[in-house]
Amino acid sequence: MTLKITRRQFFKLGAAGMATSSMAMMGFAPEPAVASIRHFKLSGAKITRSNCTYCSVGCGVLLYSRGDEAINTIDNIYHVEGDPDHPVSRGSLCPKGSGLLDYVNSDSRLSHPQVREPGTDEWKQISWDEALDRIARHMKDDRDANFVTQNDAGSTVNHWLTTGFLAASASTNETAYLTQKIVRSLGMLVFDNQARV
Amino acid sequence: MRGDQINLQNIVARSASPAPSPQVRDGAVETVTKLIDVSRCIGCKACQVACSEWNDLRDDVGECVGVYDNPVDLTPNSWEVMRFNEYENEQGNLEWLIRKDNCMHCAEPGCLEACPAPGAIVQYANGIVDFNSEHCIGCGYCVAGCPFDIPRISKKDSKAYKCTLCSDRVFHGLEPACVKSCPTGSIMFGTREDMHELAETRTDYLKSRGYENAGVYDPEGVGGTNVIYVLQHADKPEIYSGLPKDPRISPMVEAWKGVTKPLMSAAIGLAALTGFFHYVAAGPKEVPPEEEEEMRAEEANEGLSRQDLNGQDRNGQGRPSDEEHRP
Repeated sequence: MTLKITRRQFFKLGAAGMATSSMAMMGFAPEPAVASIRHFKLSGAKITRSNCTYCSVGCGVLLYSRGDEAINTIDNIYHVEGDPDHPVSRGSLCPKGSGLLDYVNSDSRLSHPQVREPGTDEWKQISWDEALDRIARHMKDDRDANFVTQNDAGSTVNHWLTTGFLAASASTNETAYLTQKIVRSLGMLVFDNQARV
Repeated sequence: MRGDQINLQNIVARSASPAPSPQVRDGAVETVTKLIDVSRCIGCKACQVACSEWNDLRDDVGECVGVYDNPVDLTPNSWEVMRFNEYENEQGNLEWLIRKDNCMHCAEPGCLEACPAPGAIVQYANGIVDFNSEHCIGCGYCVAGCPFDIPRISKKDSKAYKCTLCSDRVFHGLEPACVKSCPTGSIMFGTREDMHELAETRTDYLKSRGYENAGVYDPEGVGGTNVIYVLQHADKPEIYSGLPKDPRISPMVEAWKGVTKPLMSAAIGLAALTGFFHYVAAGPKEVPPEEEEEMRAEEANEGLSRQDLNGQDRNGQGRPSDEEHRP
C-alpha cells in the first residue's frame, strides 16, 4: 500500500512530530511514577542451612535454591549468603565464603569418587560402593601389616603409623567426636583436618 | 494509607521528569545509610565478591599491575572496588588506608540532575539512587555529572551501571550484600540517624587512640550522602585515593539543567503559543490561485521530463523504474 501525501503534508507531519517529541524530551509529557524497579531474586527460594567448608572457622551459610524437589525437576542453588543465626559468623563471610556459589556450581568440582591406579596417569570414575570397599580393604591390609603393639622399649603403644586420616574442617561437635573415636580406636595417630592443609 | 505511601521505595525524584507533587504523609519512610569505617577495614574484599554474587556480575579476570587493587578501577561489572593506599603519617609511620569505593548515594545526586532520559535514574524515599537501564540511553551525562566518578558505561549494551545499594534487598528488609558479608564490621547499615550515632562513637574512639583529626565524611556540597565514611584523617580526604574534599555537581550540569533547559523549554512553549495565536488571528497561509496553477504546471512538466529520463534508462542497462514508489 502506498501512502499518498504531498510534499507539503510531509513537511507538516515532520515538523509536528519533531515538536511533540521535543516537548516530551523537555519534560512536558507526564510519566507515571513507578515503585521499586528491581526484582527481588530470593522470592520463593528454598533456604537450606549449611556450613562453609573452606576453613576451620566453619561459618554458617544459607543456600538458596530453585525447585520444589518434584520428580520432574532438578533443583539448583543460585545464591549463597551468610547465616545470621550461626553463632560463629553471624551472617558475615570472607571473600572465599562470599563466592561459594561459583564453587558449588564449578565445572571442575568433583561429583563422584575417582581413583588413579598405580602406574597410570589418569583418573578413573568409580562408584561409591567400590570406593568405600577399596578404602576399607586397603586400611585393613595396612593395619594388619603395620600395627605396632609394643615399642622398642617394650611399652604397650598399640598404634598404627602408616596411614593418616584427613577429616572435614567444619564438623559439628557430634561429628568431630565420632571421627575422633573412630580414628583413635583404630590406633591411628596421624590425624588432621582439611583446614590446615 | 495509600499503597504507594507505605512503599519504602517510593520514588521521590526521577531523571528528566517533573517533580512529583508534595505529600504530607511520608509513609514513615526513614532514610537508610551505609557506614564504611575505613579504620576497621582489612581489605579482604569479601564485600566485592558478595556484590558480584548478589548482582550476578562476573568481571573479566584482569592483569596484575603490582598493586592490591583488583580490579584496578570500577567497571560496568564491578560496582565497587577496594582502593589501597600507603600513607606516611606525621610520625613517619606507614598507614595502610583501604577505602571501599562505590556509589555514595548523594541526597542531591549529580547523575540524576544531569540525566536527560526520563526515568533512567531514580531516587527512592529511603535515599537510594538507582539506575534503571531499561530507560538508559547511554549518553554518559551521569558520568560527567557524578562528583565521585562512579558510573561506568558498558561497551556491550551502552548503558550506565553503578552500585544500587542493593535496592532490591533493602526493599525486602535486608541489608546490602556488601554489608552482610563484612567480617570485621567495617561496613554497617541502618537508619541515617543510627549510622551517624555509630560514626560518632567510632570517631570518639579513634580520637582517644591518637587520631586527632578522625571524623565522618558526609560532604555538604551534594546535600550529604547516604554512604558515609569514618576516616582517621578526615581533614585530608584526598589521601584516601583521591576522595574529593568538597565534592560539588559540575557547574556545567547546573548551567544546563538550571538555566539553559528551562529557558529553552519556555522558548519552545512560547513559539508554539505564538504559532497558535497567529493561526487563530490570521488563519492558515493561503496561496493565490494563479501561483497554485503555475506551480502545478511546473510540477507536471518536471514529472514528464523525469518519465523521459526513465524511458531512456530502461532502454539502456539502467536501474529499474522507481515509478511505483513515487507519491
